[in-house]
Amino acid sequence: MEGYSRKDEECPQLLDLIPKEKEWFTISAQEKQTSHGSSEEKQLELRLGPPIGDWTIKNNHVSRESFDYFFPWTSSSGYQVQSQQPTTPFLQAHDQVKESSQPNYTVAEKKTFSAANTALPNSSSAQKRIAPTSVVGWPPIRSFRKNLANGNSSKPVSELQNAAGSRISGEKAIENTPQSLLVKINMDGVPIGRKVNLKEHDSYENLSSAVDELFRDLLAAQSNFSAGGIKNEEDGGKAITGLLGGRGEYTLVYEDNEGDRMLIGDVPWHMFVSSVKRLRVLKSSELPTLCRGGKTESFLETSPK
Amino acid sequence: MAYSFPEEVLEYVFAFLSYDKDRNAVSLVCKSWYEIERCCRRRIFIGNCYAVSPQIVIRRFPEVRAVKIKGKPHFADFNLVPEGWGAYVYPWISAMARSYPWLEEIKLKRMVVTDESLELISKSFKNFKILVLSSCEGFTTDGLASIAANCRNLRELDLGESEVEDLSGHWLSHFPDNFTSLVSLNMSCLGSEVSFSALERLVLRCPNLRTLRLNRAVPVEKLPSLLRGAPKLVEFGTGAYSAEIQTDIFSNLVEAFSGCKQLKRLSGFWDAVPAYLPAMYCVCSRITSLNLSYATVQSPDLVELISQCPNLKCLWVLDHIEDAGLKVLSSYCKDLQELRVFPSDPYGAEPNVSLTEEGLVTVSAGCPKLQSVLYFCRQMSNAALITIARNRPNLIRFRLCIIDPQAPDYLTLDPLDTGFGAIVEHCKELRRLSLSGLLTDRVFEYIGTHAKKLEMLSIAFAGDSDLGLHHVLSGCESLRKLEIMDCPFGDKALLANAAKLETMRSLWMSSCSVSYGACKLLAQKMPKLNVEVIDERGHPDLRPETCPVEKLYIYRTVSGPRVDKPDFVWTMDEDAVLRLS
Repeated sequence: MEGYSRKDEECPQLLDLIPKEKEWFTISAQEKQTSHGSSEEKQLELRLGPPIGDWTIKNNHVSRESFDYFFPWTSSSGYQVQSQQPTTPFLQAHDQVKESSQPNYTVAEKKTFSAANTALPNSSSAQKRIAPTSVVGWPPIRSFRKNLANGNSSKPVSELQNAAGSRISGEKAIENTPQSLLVKINMDGVPIGRKVNLKEHDSYENLSSAVDELFRDLLAAQSNFSAGGIKNEEDGGKAITGLLGGRGEYTLVYEDNEGDRMLIGDVPWHMFVSSVKRLRVLKSSELPTLCRGGKTESFLETSPK
Repeated sequence: MAYSFPEEVLEYVFAFLSYDKDRNAVSLVCKSWYEIERCCRRRIFIGNCYAVSPQIVIRRFPEVRAVKIKGKPHFADFNLVPEGWGAYVYPWISAMARSYPWLEEIKLKRMVVTDESLELISKSFKNFKILVLSSCEGFTTDGLASIAANCRNLRELDLGESEVEDLSGHWLSHFPDNFTSLVSLNMSCLGSEVSFSALERLVLRCPNLRTLRLNRAVPVEKLPSLLRGAPKLVEFGTGAYSAEIQTDIFSNLVEAFSGCKQLKRLSGFWDAVPAYLPAMYCVCSRITSLNLSYATVQSPDLVELISQCPNLKCLWVLDHIEDAGLKVLSSYCKDLQELRVFPSDPYGAEPNVSLTEEGLVTVSAGCPKLQSVLYFCRQMSNAALITIARNRPNLIRFRLCIIDPQAPDYLTLDPLDTGFGAIVEHCKELRRLSLSGLLTDRVFEYIGTHAKKLEMLSIAFAGDSDLGLHHVLSGCESLRKLEIMDCPFGDKALLANAAKLETMRSLWMSSCSVSYGACKLLAQKMPKLNVEVIDERGHPDLRPETCPVEKLYIYRTVSGPRVDKPDFVWTMDEDAVLRLS
């Protein structure tokens, strides 16, 4: 513990930071159903209704509406808190729950649940919820725990070959250790492939500049490239820009763990890192129709803002 | 008072106080006790490196021998804190090098440690003994070489789960030939091979070695010689635990393990091959801690191993253990105190193993001493949580991660409010809680009402409104750390509970709805808080005041705004606020 003394306080000391011209408007659970859009002045109190009952949430719309009632913070609204109600109503309510039809879950009775315990497919509610793979920081797992499946030697090499379309049999397109994730990268017109350590980068921009550095000199040694999209650099090699977004002469694509070729940049960085198997730098003019990573938008649409 | 104790007596008495809380209490009694205590305090814990400056610490505590400092917020573990945010240890090392020549122990967590810092440590503290770098980054094996070369009395070198740049495996060779004081070495986080002969020689010449945790690159056939060289080991971490099955390797391993009569803790086991697990059976009866969280072996093999460990107190394992394996655990390991179940395939759309809430319920029923839980699963029900709460009111840490964000009770499709409510109601000593699944403001009401001893709370994708946050901030009296991601919490609860923030170590909010204007107002009203806005979209002034900030990190400090901010961090201070009026 740090050297701070902890004051005993029954209630938190509230600072009246916002001038008290109005009370803060809040909608309790009951109010939401009755007075839709009511603006009666009501001091905030901690409601202790029955935990189950008038709070069935089928989708997230209930929470959305409550937000509409809040004034923008710049308007003056005071905020007062009533003293908390005693806990007995809660315990009574909880006892109601115990007496209700909640399944009493004991080890002895688990057989009755065995049918229900097969994991239900998430498809029906997945649209309304956030895909777990599309959010940075979720699920909360340290990086060195994430690629255990990839590093597992039991995964057949042939699977990697087929997925990556590697012409050289037995070649490892991806090497994974706790400290590095080396992914093979090839560039159109350059016979020599390179490897890039994805763990050294934390964004597509970083990766793009790393790719530029890797191939710049090699490319300069090749013939037959047009001037479009490439800036002159003083050190002799011409910078390869515009790799993301398909605007430059070259475009960065990758092959994922299902063997699909995808454009870089569609999915959040960490999802990309966990599914990428190899990288390619293609000439933009020769881009076939690529499938775009599809899991990004659901989070943005359903995020509660 | 004319006849008070001489200082030396008080100092002697204070020496028996090891807990910081007790020492802090003592220092508040009177000025002379404050003076005596501060001069004899030997161990310092700084929970947030930016809460205080090295100068202030050194000025108050001149005789420190051991420091522990924490840097980045916890969510940095999940890549939520951008690179370059801060937590540089160098200023601390540099200040301590001048003022604490007798420093023996440095323990760091989530800090940026450079080779320069390591070299400075190795050269500044003649009696340096213990270096623990937990989840740190920024250094290479060259820095380790300096430590090895210069710390003549080193006892403990623990690299934890740090990110180390592997430049060379020869850093180990820098331990001089006459260096024999090593007691503990944990290099499990290193990626590349270390020089095995150097390692072997080191192990053989250090008679007090009690902890040896190898990295993945050490193959299983090399283990016997190390184990034979360190028969007094108490803790051992293997490297990759796989090889083609060869009887002589196996029998060597069995023999080597059986020579370690004091072995209590095992870890490592990357790529574990089931055929080699039985080599450990001879030590299983003494094992109290088993970290199998890198071992992708299947349930039957895990069960076979675990059923031989009746004294197991701590188990970290992948979800390959499945409900069936947890049932075996609950019947054989009655001393179990801590269980962590990690997901083997967190990004898979469908479950790859049969691990459900059932496994956790079973363990909660069968293991009476269970107090610490970290559990990743794909389904949960209120009924299960209520049962767990009733079974195990002695829970202290409960971290549940249902992988699908906002997953409801899979039986009833209700939110999991009542389940978690039961946890906080029954587990009165609960200090740490992580929530997941579909949760409304109601769960926060329960938490605010019941979780009076809760010190750390982690929330994601939960709640409906500011009311949720208000319940927590106003009700949780012991709250020290609150971390929130992707919740609809905005300005009101934060501003109304501003004073609460000074009683906490820190608050993290990312992808919430706190506006830039509110951040400025909060900073203006609470000068003892650093209100840091982390926003990679550019200066917040470029956007309307009502625009929510990307990330917010608020912490109390006696040192004012920090001076080492990167360009995507803004501290709300007086200047920023002037424009407000």
